[in-house]
Amino acid sequence: MGIVSPGFQGRPRASGAALPPGQYLTDDFPVLSAGPTPRVPLDTWEFVLTTETGTEHRWSWDELMRLPQDTPTVDLHCVTRWSKLGTTWQGVSLDTLLDGVDTSARYALAHSYGGYTTNLPLDDLRGGRAWVAHTYDDGPLPAEHGGPARLLVPHLYLWKSAKWVRGIRLLADDRPGFWETAGYHDYGDPWREQRYQGD
Amino acid sequence: MTELSYLDGNMLDGPLRELLTVDLSSTVGRCDHCGTTGPMAGLHVYAHAPGLVGRCPACAGVMVRLVRAPDRAWLDLRGATYLQVPMPTDPAR
Repeated sequence: MGIVSPGFQGRPRASGAALPPGQYLTDDFPVLSAGPTPRVPLDTWEFVLTTETGTEHRWSWDELMRLPQDTPTVDLHCVTRWSKLGTTWQGVSLDTLLDGVDTSARYALAHSYGGYTTNLPLDDLRGGRAWVAHTYDDGPLPAEHGGPARLLVPHLYLWKSAKWVRGIRLLADDRPGFWETAGYHDYGDPWREQRYQGD
Repeated sequence: MTELSYLDGNMLDGPLRELLTVDLSSTVGRCDHCGTTGPMAGLHVYAHAPGLVGRCPACAGVMVRLVRAPDRAWLDLRGATYLQVPMPTDPAR
């Protein structure tokens, strides 16, 4: 199985379209959360990229909105076994945010308002495969789905798409996040069914 | 002075078996984040998630995480400084 899944730039498909192994199709958008929903006012919201040397790159909400915007249509695969196809988003590509950031880091640790964390290889945030998304289905992203903004990395299980994202730390070494330190897989490729450690 | 030797981890099996079969909700726990001590039954548990997450009712810090795979489970109690577990009276203590 290749690293690039057929799901991350998916178009709306007829029912019966191939799903990753062990997944079922839903038309709902289930809300999963490991804690209270943070409410983050836009005038204090910020996104911070911190390099492995400690250099910080910050964007306010207005600054994020002035960056080039993408409108990806993607399939979502949750490790709790539901998949939702053809979801439409607007956000800023991580390629844009990482442009000009001097780093030799290989790993990233996303962190959120509310304390959630999740780790990914930095390469998985590049190549038009990851966004800081603020709009879902033509409307502001609701708080229960991670608004004002969430990470969107649809080629991995949805726990990697950190809700209420506040920043990303670039790291030389992999540092497991919230679910990855409690049994879940470090990478989480739904097409290889990497749910738990050792899968 | 003779250095005390350690025992094989297998010796924990009996004592932990006695302890870990108790009903967790009957225990008292101390939150490692804020120090609040209270019944574990009073935690706020978020279950609509990839695992169970028990949070301190005072500070919302994570005290317990339990992830269940088909053939394995992970229990993380780092956020609980201790659990106080009711035990049968032992006259020798």
